[in-house]
Amino acid sequence: MAGGGVHASSGPVAETYARARHQLLIPAWAVLLIFVAVPVAMMLIYSFLTKEFRGGVIWEFSLAAYDQFFFDRGLFGDEPPKFEWTYVTIFWRSIWQAGLATILSLLIGFPTAYFIATRPEKTRAIWLFLVTIPYWVNLLIRTVSMKFLLRDQGPMNDALLALGVLEEPLRIINTNLAVQLGLFYSYLPFMVLPIYAAVERYNFTYSEAAADLYASKWATLRRVVLPVVKPGVIAGCILVFVPSLGAFLAPDLLGGAKNFMIGSLIEEQFKGNAGNWPFGAAASMILLTLVIIVLLISTTQQRKTREPG
Amino acid sequence: MTDSSTPAVDIENAAKRYGDFTAIKSMSLSIRDNEFFTLLGPSGCGKTTLLRMIAGFEDVTEGAIFLFGSEIEQLPPNKRPVNTVFQNYALFPHMTILENVSFGLEMQGNSRVDAHKRAGEMLELVQLSEFAQRKPAQLSGGQQQRVALARALAPSPRVLLLDEPLSALDLKLRKAMQIELKHLQRETGITFIFVTHDQEEALTMSDRIAVMSAGELQQLGEPRDVYERPRNRFVADFIGDTNLLEVAITDIADNLASCHVQGGHQIQCGASEGVSKGMTAHLSVRPERLLLSAAPAEEGSLRASVKENIFVGTDITTLLTLDGGPDLTVRTSNSARGAARVFDPGADVFVTVEAGAARLLIN
Repeated sequence: MAGGGVHASSGPVAETYARARHQLLIPAWAVLLIFVAVPVAMMLIYSFLTKEFRGGVIWEFSLAAYDQFFFDRGLFGDEPPKFEWTYVTIFWRSIWQAGLATILSLLIGFPTAYFIATRPEKTRAIWLFLVTIPYWVNLLIRTVSMKFLLRDQGPMNDALLALGVLEEPLRIINTNLAVQLGLFYSYLPFMVLPIYAAVERYNFTYSEAAADLYASKWATLRRVVLPVVKPGVIAGCILVFVPSLGAFLAPDLLGGAKNFMIGSLIEEQFKGNAGNWPFGAAASMILLTLVIIVLLISTTQQRKTREPG
Repeated sequence: MTDSSTPAVDIENAAKRYGDFTAIKSMSLSIRDNEFFTLLGPSGCGKTTLLRMIAGFEDVTEGAIFLFGSEIEQLPPNKRPVNTVFQNYALFPHMTILENVSFGLEMQGNSRVDAHKRAGEMLELVQLSEFAQRKPAQLSGGQQQRVALARALAPSPRVLLLDEPLSALDLKLRKAMQIELKHLQRETGITFIFVTHDQEEALTMSDRIAVMSAGELQQLGEPRDVYERPRNRFVADFIGDTNLLEVAITDIADNLASCHVQGGHQIQCGASEGVSKGMTAHLSVRPERLLLSAAPAEEGSLRASVKENIFVGTDITTLLTLDGGPDLTVRTSNSARGAARVFDPGADVFVTVEAGAARLLIN
């Protein structure tokens, strides 16, 4: 009478499996250690060191990097601390831009993924291929092309002017909108693919059952389809939001100096002689903290959908 | 239930085609109110397609479907006052049992409180109240089945459609559910349209059965009628076990046909419509309507020899060969009375066809 499903059990067989599982995971753990844990630890340590003026660090403990992020102590550092808005504003703009890019990707990506997943099996591969085609070209080149496309005298403005839609060229380049379009274009497939995977697994009999129980198309989508494919939607949102938050190509090339984002800020700190390594490391750690918070919120959301209340 | 009342579902010359493929040939069918009606046929016969056409999941290529007199084939599924119990239940995995059952009620415009109240009553009816807060995955197959039933019945549909709802259950549970379903249908008075490929299930539960094959209606009637008076070879063969003998009609007198079976055997049989002297036809005789004896009976018996006896619990199935003719299967009940009619393999015996048991089929 008890419900079905596989439950972990104890006993000698279970232990053997548990041991084998741990052993098989060793390579993965090694990769994670070398490529994730060590670099993050390095950043964490660097963020608490003192800056060397031509880049690099002096091995001396200091909170100066974090202090500089949040407080203004005047040009010579002897004035009483005032709250520094510059970097917080950049962070806020980054979150806002990344959030907007995520929403935009979701609005376009969900119908796209749903469309592909509901095509006959043979044609789905073609649609997916089309979605991933841009990824065969380097992101830098794609972003530069985007800059060319959006320029005041670029093909888009030329075409719109020639067609008489516009009287004057649209000034898109070096605006938040350009950055937005760049981020959206860069990461849209990361939204489409996980949602596609979820919708493809979705059992459409649920939709039939909903329609049978008097649900309209909209109610079916809202009450049945979306909740069931929610894990895919959340995965897509994370995959777009997180890299958008740290992006530096799109804001650099499309946004110009006024529309600085975290990624560019961090990148600057490690470039050439003008950099400030501890400050860049500190900004990275703050960014990482933000990302972890986002991930924690989304995993609790995921768990809520899977487990009964 | 009166015959003069409007039929619950009236299918008029409905056809379904997918490109060149015809799933349902022009079919007409009337399903009465309060009836337990079964669509029976092998897989691919179009029975599920027909059910889905009534539910609204499949377009009707041609013809019309009426529900209590109003035409519905143009309505989307959510506008039809019918509900479906799906083959794999299709319970919403992210909702609790209670939410599943109240979904239809909420979609009908009831407040959440009212919907939950009524859903709770439905769960009581199917004895699952204590599982109200669980998710479908935490229930056994039989329990999920009952939830699906409760969910489909909660919005008080005028017709309930059941698409092979018992096929995923094991035999014992299936038998119990057959009776439970039948009771539920009687209690609620809702018209049930039940799809199955299991002829025994159909015979057990139905008020009437529509036997389908290759997108066509083969026979429509009450279980006993379909079983005892099959209209053609397909129905005779599909429902229950039968002996199908190729016969030549040698004479017709007083509405009795004399049938000649290979090996020089003669069987008398009621002449059905369309039978004429000189034609060949098939004779269907159920194994349990054949009697074995050591000496010939007065009405006339056929000589045969026993090939094998197979013990099947309630019965003993005897395979035998008519002298110079085809094989026959005879079923004798496993009882003291039946024991006298069982003979060892190799024995020469006489086979008697019970009066009225043979049925002549011309197609």
